[in-house]
Amino acid sequence: MTTPLIAVRDLAKTYQVGDHAVQALNGITVEIAQGAFVAVMGPSGSGKSTFMNLLGCLDFPTAGHYTLAGEAVDGLDADALAEIRNRKIGFVFQQFNLLARATALANVELPMVYRGAAREARRSAARAALATVGLADRTHHRPPQLSGGQQQRVAIARALVNDPLLILADEPTGALDSRTGLEIMALFQRLNAGGMTVVLVTHEAEVARFAERELHFLDGALVRDEIHAPDDAAVQLAKREAAA
Amino acid sequence: MSTLEAMRLAVSALRANLMRSILTMLGIFIGVAAVISTVAVGSGARSVVIEQIRSLGTNLIIVVSGATRVRGVRRAAGSHMSLTEDDARALKLEIPAIQAAAPYLRGTVQIIQGNQNWSAVAYGVDNDYFVAREWVITRGRGFTEGEIRGAGKVALLGQTVVENLFAGDNPIGQTIRVRKVPLTVIGVLARKGQNNWGRDQDDVLLVPISSAKRRVIGWARANPKAIPVVIIKVRDGADMAGTVDQIRQVLRQRHRLRTDQDDDFSIRNLTEIMQRRDASSKALALLLAAVAAVSLVVGGIGIMNIMLVSVTERTREIGLRMAVGARRRDILIQFLIEATTLALVGGIAGVLLGVGAAYAIAEFAGWPTLIQTDSILLAVGVSAAIGVFFGFYPARRAAQLDPIEALRRE
Repeated sequence: MTTPLIAVRDLAKTYQVGDHAVQALNGITVEIAQGAFVAVMGPSGSGKSTFMNLLGCLDFPTAGHYTLAGEAVDGLDADALAEIRNRKIGFVFQQFNLLARATALANVELPMVYRGAAREARRSAARAALATVGLADRTHHRPPQLSGGQQQRVAIARALVNDPLLILADEPTGALDSRTGLEIMALFQRLNAGGMTVVLVTHEAEVARFAERELHFLDGALVRDEIHAPDDAAVQLAKREAAA
Repeated sequence: MSTLEAMRLAVSALRANLMRSILTMLGIFIGVAAVISTVAVGSGARSVVIEQIRSLGTNLIIVVSGATRVRGVRRAAGSHMSLTEDDARALKLEIPAIQAAAPYLRGTVQIIQGNQNWSAVAYGVDNDYFVAREWVITRGRGFTEGEIRGAGKVALLGQTVVENLFAGDNPIGQTIRVRKVPLTVIGVLARKGQNNWGRDQDDVLLVPISSAKRRVIGWARANPKAIPVVIIKVRDGADMAGTVDQIRQVLRQRHRLRTDQDDDFSIRNLTEIMQRRDASSKALALLLAAVAAVSLVVGGIGIMNIMLVSVTERTREIGLRMAVGARRRDILIQFLIEATTLALVGGIAGVLLGVGAAYAIAEFAGWPTLIQTDSILLAVGVSAAIGVFFGFYPARRAAQLDPIEALRRE
C-alpha cells in the first residue's frame, strides 16, 4: 500500500475555556488516501471543525501526530504552517471569503502572491484555474457582480491555483440554494475524478452522499467511518433540469 | 510578498476608502505644512538679522564720547567730546586685536547738484572706516591720505543719493555743493540696504573727516581733534570681550582718569547685540516649529486610530490571507506600509502646501521667508517615521490575529 496523503494518529485538541479544559478532539486516528473524496460529518460541537482546522494547518494539536504527504506537520512553527497552507492546501469556505474590491482574477492570484510568483506567471495560472471552474469569461468581474455560485467557483479556482495536494471545503454549499449547491458538488466530483483529494465538512446527509467516504464525529471522537458508492451530482443536476 | 506588491496593495486599500484616507492624512498634511511654513518664516527672519550683521560689518565695537557730569548733572553719551582722533590711532597701535579704528562724525546736510537738491547724512571718515564697515567703492576711487589730512573737497556717494541726484548720469567727476562748499564726486559706494533700524544705509555722503569738521558739517570746538564716535573692527577670531576691556584700559589711561572716576566714554559691542537678536529670533523659530510639530503627533494618532478601525473591519480578510499562506510578517508589513503611505502622502502634500504658504506669506504679508531643503527632507522623513511608529501597533494587532478566529468574524 502506498503512503496515505493524510495520516493522523491520536490527534487531540484541548481548549482552555476559563478554568476548565474543553476536550474538542479526543485522540483521532485516521488515514486519507491520495485521490479520496471524504465528507466529515457531525453535529455542531462534535469536533469536526477542530479536525478540519488541524488538517488545514490553521491550528496546533495539543497531542498526537499529523503527517501530510509523508511530512510531519506537528511541531512546525507558524511560518512553516503558513507555507504548507500556501503550497499544499486549497481552502473553500461557506462564505466564499473573496476580497470584494478585487477582480476574480486578482482573488484567484492571491495565494500565488504569497508564494512570491511573478506577475505574469500568476496571471496565466489564475486564468487557467478560472477556466477549470468554468469562469474564463468572468476574470475581470468583482465578487459583488457575480452570483453566489459564481463566487464559490472563484473561491475554488483560488484553492486550485497553487496546485495543492488537497482541497479542504468547509460547508461549501451552506450559503447556496440547492441547485447551485449541486453544481458546486458536481465541480468537486469532477476535480476529484481528475485526481484531486477533496475533504469537505458538512452537516447535510445529501451533500455527504456525493463523497465516497464519510467520517462521522461526535463529542470529539470519530464514531463512524463509512465507505460507500457516491451519488453522481451531475446526473442529479441533469434530472432536475429535465423535471423543470 | 514583495514590497512593491505590498505598496500596490496598500494604495488600493486606501483608495477603497478614499474619503476616510484623505481625512486621515489631513492631520499630517496640516502639521507638515505648518512646520514648513513656520520654519520658513523663522529662518527668513533670521536671514534678515544675519544680513544686517553682515551689512553692518562683523566684529564691531563702537566707542562713544561723553557720559560725563557737568556740575553733578549727568549728560547724554556723546554730549561731551572726550574722544580724539589720537585716541583712535592709539587704540589701533596699542591693541593688536584691533584691525581698524575709525573715528567719524555725522550730520544731516542738504546736497545741491545743478537744479536738484537732496537731504542725506554726511559722514566724516578716514580710510579705516571702509575697513570697519566692510564697505567697498564700486565706481571711482577712495580718499587719498592727503585728502583725509588736508580737508580735500571730495566726496563719495551712496547709491540712494546717486539715484536721487544724478538719475542715470555718471556722477564721477561731477561737482556737488554742500553748505556752499563745492565737492568733487570721486566714487560711488556699494549698496548696503537697510540697517536693523530700517535706516537706508545708502542715503549717505562720505567726506574726509577733516573736510567734515572744517567745511561740511562744521565742528567749531575747543579741541579740533575731538570726535564723537570711534568704530572699531576687531580681527577675526580675537576675543571680543577681552578687546573691550583693553580699549577701556587704554582710554582711561589716556584720559588720566583716577580709579574712582567713571569712564568718560561708553563702549558698545555691536556684534554681541546683533547676535543676541539672532539668538532670540532662533528661539522664536524653534518655538513655532515645536508648536507645529505637536500637530504632527496629533496627525500620527489619527493614523493609528484609523488603522485600528481598518484592522477590525478587515479581520476576515486578514484571516483569509493567513489561510492562503500569508505569514504574520506579511500582514505586519502590509499594514505598516498602509500607515506609512497615509503619512507620506499627507506629508508630501503638506510640504507642497507649506512651500506655497511660505511664498504667499512673502508675497502678501511681505515677511521674508526662507525655505530650507533640509527642513523639507526632515518633514518628509518625519512623516514616514510617524507612519511607521503609529502604524506599528495596529499592524502588530493584525499580524497577531488567530486565523481561525479571524475567519469566523462577521
